[in-house]
Amino acid sequence: MMKTTPTQIDNRTYSPLGQIVLSRLREFYREPEALFWVYGFPILLVVGLGIAFRNQPVEQITVDVQAHSAAADVVEALSARPRFVAAVYSPQQTRLRLRTGKSDVVVSVSEDSPPGYEYTYDPSRPSSVLARNAVDDVLQRAAGREDVVAVSEKEFSEPGGRYIDFLVPGLLGMSLMGGGLWGVGFVTVDMRIRKLLKRFLATPMRKSDFLAGIMLSRMMFMVPEVLVLVVFARLAFDVRIFGSVATVVLLVLIGAVTFSGLGLLVAARPRTLEAVSGLMNLVMLPMWLLSGIFFSSDRFPEVAQPLIKILPLTALIDALRAVMQDGASLASQWSPILIMAAWSVASFYLALRFFRWT
Amino acid sequence: MLDPSPLAIRCANLTKRYDGRPPVDAVRGLDLEVAQGECFGLLGPNGAGKTTTIEILEGLMPATSGTVEVLGLSWGQADNEIRQRIGISLQETRLSEKLTVLETLTLFRSFYAKGYAPQDVLAKVSLEEKANALVGKLSGGQKQRLAVASALVGDPELLFLDEPTTGLDPQSRRQLWEIIREIRSAGRTVLLTTHYMDEAERLCDRVAIVDQGKVIALGTPHELILTLGGEHVVEFSLECDDDGRMPSRGELAELPAVSAVDFENSHIRLSVTEPHVVLPALLDCLGSRQCPLRSLTTRHASLEDVFVKLAGRHLDDEEPTT
Repeated sequence: MMKTTPTQIDNRTYSPLGQIVLSRLREFYREPEALFWVYGFPILLVVGLGIAFRNQPVEQITVDVQAHSAAADVVEALSARPRFVAAVYSPQQTRLRLRTGKSDVVVSVSEDSPPGYEYTYDPSRPSSVLARNAVDDVLQRAAGREDVVAVSEKEFSEPGGRYIDFLVPGLLGMSLMGGGLWGVGFVTVDMRIRKLLKRFLATPMRKSDFLAGIMLSRMMFMVPEVLVLVVFARLAFDVRIFGSVATVVLLVLIGAVTFSGLGLLVAARPRTLEAVSGLMNLVMLPMWLLSGIFFSSDRFPEVAQPLIKILPLTALIDALRAVMQDGASLASQWSPILIMAAWSVASFYLALRFFRWT
Repeated sequence: MLDPSPLAIRCANLTKRYDGRPPVDAVRGLDLEVAQGECFGLLGPNGAGKTTTIEILEGLMPATSGTVEVLGLSWGQADNEIRQRIGISLQETRLSEKLTVLETLTLFRSFYAKGYAPQDVLAKVSLEEKANALVGKLSGGQKQRLAVASALVGDPELLFLDEPTTGLDPQSRRQLWEIIREIRSAGRTVLLTTHYMDEAERLCDRVAIVDQGKVIALGTPHELILTLGGEHVVEFSLECDDDGRMPSRGELAELPAVSAVDFENSHIRLSVTEPHVVLPALLDCLGSRQCPLRSLTTRHASLEDVFVKLAGRHLDDEEPTT
């Protein structure tokens, strides 16, 4: 039943920014699917990498020896080394096997006297070239060649210098970009579709509080996401942070702000989820290609470098690599930080200005 | 106006044109004056321009032309002050389903400089026991009451409710009416839109009937009904509706206590002042013509009858294509 109107005025002040952030956090952890995509995905990613990088066997070289009376000697000489898998085949078979990539090199014994070898290999295949040289080395030694200079070998796989050490900062940047854009962009457009933005517009809520709240909550979701990736990489691959952890944290935060700002900008106008997805891909694609997630962006032509360098993802990944791999100081990274700050300020300003509430 | 207190809403010559091909004139010169403390209804069929009008008054979209004053202030000059003093429930807002009722109200409360404690507002709309329920688990009526609560949480002087009971079951509608009456009796001004005539009749001190972007009638529900010439309606249909035995319009108009006659297909509708006087006379007339009744009903005249008289169609008819 109705109660008589309570006329008690509540003069407490509630922080609108705090309430917006709190609401977003609650909506987030009460949504199991979202939890999976945000935290499950990076775990899947690192597990996939684990399979790719762990227990990599010494690379085998497959050598076909063309049928000949001396073929067995060649096979014997090669088989003494564990690296080689050698067998005898007919000329037709060797050609077919080389062409289809089943073997790396074909050795045929020539009829000259003293007998020589002929190597058939594919110069466009690095493994084939490598195999040719390795086979030659073994056969020359077997024939009595002496090394002129004594050499020793040392495998370079120290933490900090391996590909995985290069890759982890790249993946970190990639997930900050994806998380920021999707997380902010989708949520915002969804609220527009549900007319919730219009409902908020009808209150005295400050627009900047709302936009800042969305960005702040996004940054909070980012913390565990980043932790999962970094801790897993440390435990599974011994990927270490050579610079200061505080600097890495700061860079991650700046990156999160930058990409949630971009997400807000992308979501400023669209009225459908299809439109915002398209825009998001348009924004992310160039950075996926150019910003050096999987290989150094320095490989792109010199003319393109200034453009690549001002992309926010390039700035983030370059700075993360410098600090994580080379132990660079925060101060030395002022230029990428400045680039990200400029992107953040510009996108927040433009988003606020062009934001469609209805 | 009868009331000397300042106006809560004044708008004059309001128009709204939506660009497009062809452009749509949703509001075409609408005037409105709502006094403080009254419950005012915009009644009209779907597409009459009610929502457009109320959203312009709420400052959610600009008018194409005309003047709007809300609580004596103008949009574009004192937006924040107006927003602090009004409360709004939109026609279709889907509040976040994963928040609880209390969390939702606390969020809305945080936007206002002053207002009620969220818990107290829940009591006003009888949702106390749902305080910790997720919004997604509420029924349609409960969601609508929460929407009204979110409009009340800032202790507004003026409340806008756009179609507050559309799509609700009868019991939920009555519950909301009770809440709206309570709000009004606490001295607040309420402007609501509806296409339910019974809602406007029961809730509103004054009603503006809106059709095709204009106010076509204005007054208290009682005044509007009196314009029909009688507070009662006698409706009947006849077995002999297409032969010479049918009474003529003039004949019916001369029956005692009849103030208006309407033919609508095979239905005849009389506006009457005293049904107990007209009924014997009508039966006599039909008897002498040997024209048997197929159906006969008498009822109180409603705002629907006013709309039908003015617009020539029913409230739930489709908008005529012009």
